[in-house]
Amino acid sequence: MSTIATPRVIVLRAPGTNCDEETAAGWELAGARAETWHVGRLLEAPQALAGFQILTIPGGFSYGDDLGAGRILAMRLGHALGDALRQFHDSGGLIAGICNGFQVLVRCGLLPGGSFPGAATLAHNDSGRFEARWIRLLPRPGRSPFVAFAEPIELPVAHGEGKFLTADPRASQALDEAGQIVLKYADEHDRPTMDYPANPNGSLLAAAGVCDSSGRIFGLMPHPERFVAAIHHPRWTRQDGKDTSEEGQGLRIFRGAVAALA
Amino acid sequence: MLWHLEIYPAPGYPDLVGKRLSVEAAESGIPGPWTIAASRGFLVEGTLRQEDIDRAARQVLADLVVESFQIRPVPSTAVADRSVVHVLPRPGVTDPEAESAHALLRELGFAVEGVRTIRSYRIDGPAEQLPRLIKRVLANEAVEQSALGSLPLDHLGQGRHYEFRLLTVPLRAMDDEALLEVSRSGQLSLNLAEMRTIQRHFAGLDRDPTDCELETLAQTWSEHCSHKTLKGKIEFQGRTIDNLLKQTIFAATKELGLDWLVSVFTDNAGVVRFDDEHDVCFKVETHNHPSAIDPYGGSNTGIGGVIRDAMGTGLGSKPICNTDVFCVAPADLPADRLPAGVLHPKRVLKGVVAGVRDYGNRMGIPTVNGALAVDPGYLANPLVFCGTVGVLPRGKAFKKVEPGDRIIAIGGRTGRDGIHGATFSSAELTGQSESLSGGAVQIGNAITEKMVLDVILQARDRGLFHAITDCGAGGFSSAVGEMGAELGAVVELERAPLKYQGLSYTEIWISEAQERMVLAVPPQSMPALSALCAAEQVEATDLGEFVATGRLMVRYHGQVVADLAMEFLHQGQPPVVRQASFTPPPQKALELPQRGDLTADLLALLGHWDVCSKEWIVRQYDHEVQGRTVIKPLVGWCDDGPGDAAVILPVRGSYRGLAVACGINPRYGRLDPFAMAACVIDEAVRNCVAVGAHPRRIALLDNFCWGNTERPETLGSLVLAAQACHDLALAYKTPFISGKDSLNNEYAHEGKSLAIPATLLISAIGQVPDVRGCVTMDFKEPGNLVVLVGSTRHELGGSLWAAMQGQEGGNVPGVDPDLGQRVFRAVYLAISRGLVRSCHDLSDGGLAVALAEMAMAGGLGAAISLRDVPCEDDAAHDLVLLFSESPSRFLLEVPPQHHAALADLLGTLPWGRLGEVGSSPPGTAPARLAVTGLAGSVVIEAQIGDLKEAWQQPLRW
Repeated sequence: MSTIATPRVIVLRAPGTNCDEETAAGWELAGARAETWHVGRLLEAPQALAGFQILTIPGGFSYGDDLGAGRILAMRLGHALGDALRQFHDSGGLIAGICNGFQVLVRCGLLPGGSFPGAATLAHNDSGRFEARWIRLLPRPGRSPFVAFAEPIELPVAHGEGKFLTADPRASQALDEAGQIVLKYADEHDRPTMDYPANPNGSLLAAAGVCDSSGRIFGLMPHPERFVAAIHHPRWTRQDGKDTSEEGQGLRIFRGAVAALA
Repeated sequence: MLWHLEIYPAPGYPDLVGKRLSVEAAESGIPGPWTIAASRGFLVEGTLRQEDIDRAARQVLADLVVESFQIRPVPSTAVADRSVVHVLPRPGVTDPEAESAHALLRELGFAVEGVRTIRSYRIDGPAEQLPRLIKRVLANEAVEQSALGSLPLDHLGQGRHYEFRLLTVPLRAMDDEALLEVSRSGQLSLNLAEMRTIQRHFAGLDRDPTDCELETLAQTWSEHCSHKTLKGKIEFQGRTIDNLLKQTIFAATKELGLDWLVSVFTDNAGVVRFDDEHDVCFKVETHNHPSAIDPYGGSNTGIGGVIRDAMGTGLGSKPICNTDVFCVAPADLPADRLPAGVLHPKRVLKGVVAGVRDYGNRMGIPTVNGALAVDPGYLANPLVFCGTVGVLPRGKAFKKVEPGDRIIAIGGRTGRDGIHGATFSSAELTGQSESLSGGAVQIGNAITEKMVLDVILQARDRGLFHAITDCGAGGFSSAVGEMGAELGAVVELERAPLKYQGLSYTEIWISEAQERMVLAVPPQSMPALSALCAAEQVEATDLGEFVATGRLMVRYHGQVVADLAMEFLHQGQPPVVRQASFTPPPQKALELPQRGDLTADLLALLGHWDVCSKEWIVRQYDHEVQGRTVIKPLVGWCDDGPGDAAVILPVRGSYRGLAVACGINPRYGRLDPFAMAACVIDEAVRNCVAVGAHPRRIALLDNFCWGNTERPETLGSLVLAAQACHDLALAYKTPFISGKDSLNNEYAHEGKSLAIPATLLISAIGQVPDVRGCVTMDFKEPGNLVVLVGSTRHELGGSLWAAMQGQEGGNVPGVDPDLGQRVFRAVYLAISRGLVRSCHDLSDGGLAVALAEMAMAGGLGAAISLRDVPCEDDAAHDLVLLFSESPSRFLLEVPPQHHAALADLLGTLPWGRLGEVGSSPPGTAPARLAVTGLAGSVVIEAQIGDLKEAWQQPLRW
């Protein structure tokens, strides 16, 4: 794959996807060129994937999350686009799944992928319900181009099924040792936490974002596209004299990917 | 072959559903103890072997990381276990997950013929209480069926074959009694005058009407669709009001003649100009009666319906936020005080919140504003208000059907759901409503609606249709009837895609199956529209044609089943004449206790349902999807303070914002409906102004929910409220742009009719020139000054404080519109000039509650004196100053260096400097709220933590 100055991003939407517009806007703000495609269109022309450098599966309720969050889109991707996705990845493409997109990537086996045997899942939150709230994230930079920053950031979560689990708990441990849990829910002292609500769903090892062994496939439950401007933060009105035109911390994730392709 | 695939939590994984239901059983007061183990599952029909089901489970139906499963043939050969309860949707009830499973399994090559979801519960508890547990907690009989032990079915047959037979109703030969019986037994909700008018009309045509014609008239003439009471004649205080709405609410809007109004009171939602390239529209609807029977389904389709209103406004708008307001009885009502056939308020509240949550979140529309009003009067007739704001490009606010346009239905299929919703919502609820009107309850499928939205916005931008409307109450009959009102239409009903066979032509015509829109499409645009729908996997069906005949002609396989003159349909309804009167309740003074310490009063107010933290509700809603929400519903140091209004950005890349707020107060209405209406308008406007909206760019919606207006006193209170709407809209220059009324909110019980308290919801959208200047209500910084703007009067009548004391009487807060608008302007200027760090309006619970809320949200205390509260002489009493609910008042937090500038700006307005924000930063030494009274002694003294606990405890569910 040749690298070009302005990376091209495909934002893949399915029936029930509902964060495509702001996700595309996030990519544009980060300097990429984003196109939103219906999954049906890509199924008809899988080769078109080769024209993009980044694939994003945004948040929402693809196919109503019937049969489990992200399940049906995962089946369709795995079945009809499996080869195209592998090729895309092998040739250096970046893949990001946000919230429902993360659930899709896990369900179709792209995450955590590789050498970790046994399935993973994003199970129902320990609270038993959908919750929207802001949380703090501790990054582990260096493993994935999407997480190229060292300072903790704050982002909103909004999901009912976000508890990252592996069938065998040792697989989670191994994943962590390999540095692939690149974002962890953190407490106010920036330590990974299992305590609700700082850890909003009870994810093992406080996992909020995970990448594959290449680092180029990345999924996270929080929504970086919802914090691209300072005024998206819930407490921006508390900061006197701060520049309200500043960009939001969520944009770092998009910028990291764009920088890696530059 | 029919298989039951049962899926349950794998060993070691929690059974969250079972746990939740065990708690709900205890909460519902059903003698236990109960232990409930829950499982989900599917009934799968087809030429399938057990191995196939096993493979399907492993591949797609179960999550084997956390779940296990079992497969059994149905009927099962095993001995029935009487402690197992199965619950499944009734035949014909929408079952989206089953539809998805069916489609996916077929795609994967399984020979599946039918799928239905099922839930099963293994129950340990007193067997004799099991029927109650099933009815109260496990199943909703309106839409679900339950079975104990084994499943009483061997196939999933849905519907039966329909034999066409044209039905006519021999109206011409009937006497009055027979006419009324036809209306009653057919759930038509037509009165005698209307039945006679229809009889005369058909006598003139020398034939009897078909059932389909009669139904069409009933739908179109229903209170729900025609608003015949408020548009009819009302005799009140010696004069006749011809069309109350026109003379009050519309009249004020017209008289204001504002150039930023685009389309008001004509379309599915009111439209106003937002910026040079965009308009915004807003509509709030009620869905009360369905929510009383099935809270989840009722609010689910309530929000789904109002979203479609926005989608069907002009040539289609994009929904950008939702609102929801619930009126219920106290959720701590003892279970033994529940009348027969009535759901417990806690179950109602949990159900309606879940319904809005699941629809709004799935649609990807942030729910950003709402309210909860709790009163015992809502016990049998809860109110559910749902609203949607949409944005549309300028120039797309109007539509016009052209002759020759095709009638295109897009979206969901038609089923037997929601038959008679329009006439049902116009009738009184009874103990039998649950069983009689099960069919009136619809079940939504948000994803279908999202797919329809995806089509509509693209089709609009490509100019593929001339007009659009949603299928709401009355289904196709109302949608096509309205769109074709000026022209005429020919409809071929057999073309409508059905969910299952067996529907009669009339059922197809009036079904209120959800997620359907009707478009008027010029023939030359059909290929493009069809291709677009195919690409988005949305079903589009050509139902017929709009024609310039002035007639509504409906056919089924070529047979005419209805042929009505549009003129008779839309103008033939006999005018309703009603009597109205109003007798104010006797004047009664409130007794003010002589206690000096009022801290306990404050704590009690903070724990009242209306005031308490709504975090449990708000967090279940995705209030930030679309990335537009810049002032959240929850604000402050811990993201948990009660914001006055949410602010969203309708246009990406622009800082121009929209504040969304509401006002509601059933307590004032009991004493003085005029004052109530004025106060809730003031509240809605105030909430917008408090975050930074321009007071000259606020548009209002009215939603009247009243009892039976055939009672003159009930109608009289409505007339007064409508007059207040007129007066206040004019004075504040805040036009009404749309509205809706829901009458007959009554419940008949043991021969007595119980009406709800007269309830007016005012919803507001206020434009914010630059959101970067917005403020929130949480205290920000120690040492800042606390300033009160506005005048406090002795107005404890209908106040929350009086309600907590069990007292009725006193003066209801009255709006002084001249003062009010001067205060709004001053507060707006103070905020926009950056003089204010936080701002909060004073409403339920008055000054004391507002102070406590600012302190809790900011994590900062305050030292306040009542000595400088601007007030009228007779209000100079600590208790009055703290708890009076006089409108048009704000608390401002002002940095000391801006005090002089603020003083300059406020000038001669009533205002006072009450004290300072406490000195310790959030989270350090325990912050305290301390208020000293007029005599200098302490009247309130509490730690912020204790206040917060009292405020958060009630809804910590």
